[in-house]
Amino acid sequence: MAETTAEDRRTETRRTGLYDLHLELGARMVPFAGWQMPVQYPMGVMAEHLHTREKAGLFDVSHMGQVLVWPEDGRLETAALALESLIPADVLGLPEGRQRYGLFTNDRGGVLDDLMFANRGDHYLLVVNAACAAQDIDLLHTLSGVRVEQVTDRGLLALQGPLAEAALAALVPGAAGMRFMDSLAHGWEGESLWISRSGYTGEDGFEISVPAARLEDFARALLDRPDVAPIGLGARDSLRLEAGMPLYGHDMDAEVTPVEAALGWSIPKVRRTGGARAGGFPGAERVLDELAAGASAIRRGLRPEGRAPIREGVALYAEAAGGEPVATVRSGGFGPSVGGPVAMALIPAEIPEGAVLHAELRGKRLPVRVTALPFVSPNFKR
Amino acid sequence: MLKYTEDHEWLRADGDEIAVGITKHASEQLGDVVFIELPEEGREVAAGEEVVVIESVKAASDIVAPVAGTITAVNSALADAPGDVNGDPMAAWFFKLKPADAGAVEGFMDEDAYKALIG
Repeated sequence: MAETTAEDRRTETRRTGLYDLHLELGARMVPFAGWQMPVQYPMGVMAEHLHTREKAGLFDVSHMGQVLVWPEDGRLETAALALESLIPADVLGLPEGRQRYGLFTNDRGGVLDDLMFANRGDHYLLVVNAACAAQDIDLLHTLSGVRVEQVTDRGLLALQGPLAEAALAALVPGAAGMRFMDSLAHGWEGESLWISRSGYTGEDGFEISVPAARLEDFARALLDRPDVAPIGLGARDSLRLEAGMPLYGHDMDAEVTPVEAALGWSIPKVRRTGGARAGGFPGAERVLDELAAGASAIRRGLRPEGRAPIREGVALYAEAAGGEPVATVRSGGFGPSVGGPVAMALIPAEIPEGAVLHAELRGKRLPVRVTALPFVSPNFKR
Repeated sequence: MLKYTEDHEWLRADGDEIAVGITKHASEQLGDVVFIELPEEGREVAAGEEVVVIESVKAASDIVAPVAGTITAVNSALADAPGDVNGDPMAAWFFKLKPADAGAVEGFMDEDAYKALIG
């Protein structure tokens, strides 16, 4: 992608194809998962968050890994079954032009990464987390019967918000007809854009893979639309937190199972005990047991009763004084649309929704209520 | 009289008290302020003691007492509208303090010196 300088090598960070545009837009850049990324623009995190919920926000997510998985024998089923040996999802049953959410698991049943996978007719397109991309690609290379190709000549944008459809359709009319989790190629000025109707904000929107040579042109064309503003990683985090979406490495990791992470919904019947293709993925025994019997702790929401944000690492107690922590906050901060602090943690299953726990912050215990997720209702176009 | 500290606080003399806030530069670095925890009125504080917790969308930070003294007033209205710190930082005072040493404020930077500090 963009040119790498001595400074980047020293800090071991890479630049996306929009690095210069971010600077031009006044972004504050930070290292994130090995990349220099915009954490916010002059609008600020709060206004960027609210803009995305009210209009449309454009995010550079080119740091994420795009990977193609091709069947060596030309039969898509070969690639589907190979992927199912790593991912407890129904890959085989995914129709062409559709996308699903899935997880890579390890042999303890922990989550190695979360991903989107799409059926593109004769191969699959996977989008994985930047910090896990190298690990995931190594893992995919262990599969036999498939060819794994990392896409290095494309950037990735997310356009999110209630006006995302209108903004994108002005450039790519066909995008308007897409449904939630459709994944299709559409033309734009002679280029092929890989567009899915999905995102990480709880809003309607699109994720758009663009050839590197035209990435900046396409981003500028979207930013020229009056309702579209550039949005940084700060607001991306508060948007996904309010939407109850987990962040890999925080809400779940290699020691957290899909059921603990409240992601059991991504494992369909066909891969569960009694299903036609039950198990057959790393850690299946533990994961299938937990799907049947439940886990001892489940990712749930927390609403602090005061205004103080409760952030990652804060200990949660059942008691107002004394005792041992029952959980630790995994993600937390201020929710601009909620208008108050929100957080997520793996809460012991026996603690009911509505219970009050006590978060220890600066030596004081503050009441926080256990709630269902999400904090804001999703706005997807089904 | 307006003075500035290296911790990016402004100090405004008001009779024998000083009002304390944070500079525009500090508020921009913090980002959107969402929570403020103020000290108790009447608390005696040492110079450099953490007296206010201020949380932005990004992180928590502290505001310290610029000099030793007694907290004489706190701006409760600001705790209810923390965004005012970003809106008009020079008007958003956090607390008033009566210095133990009336001359203690003299040594802080004036506006020109502070502007030179932040560049």
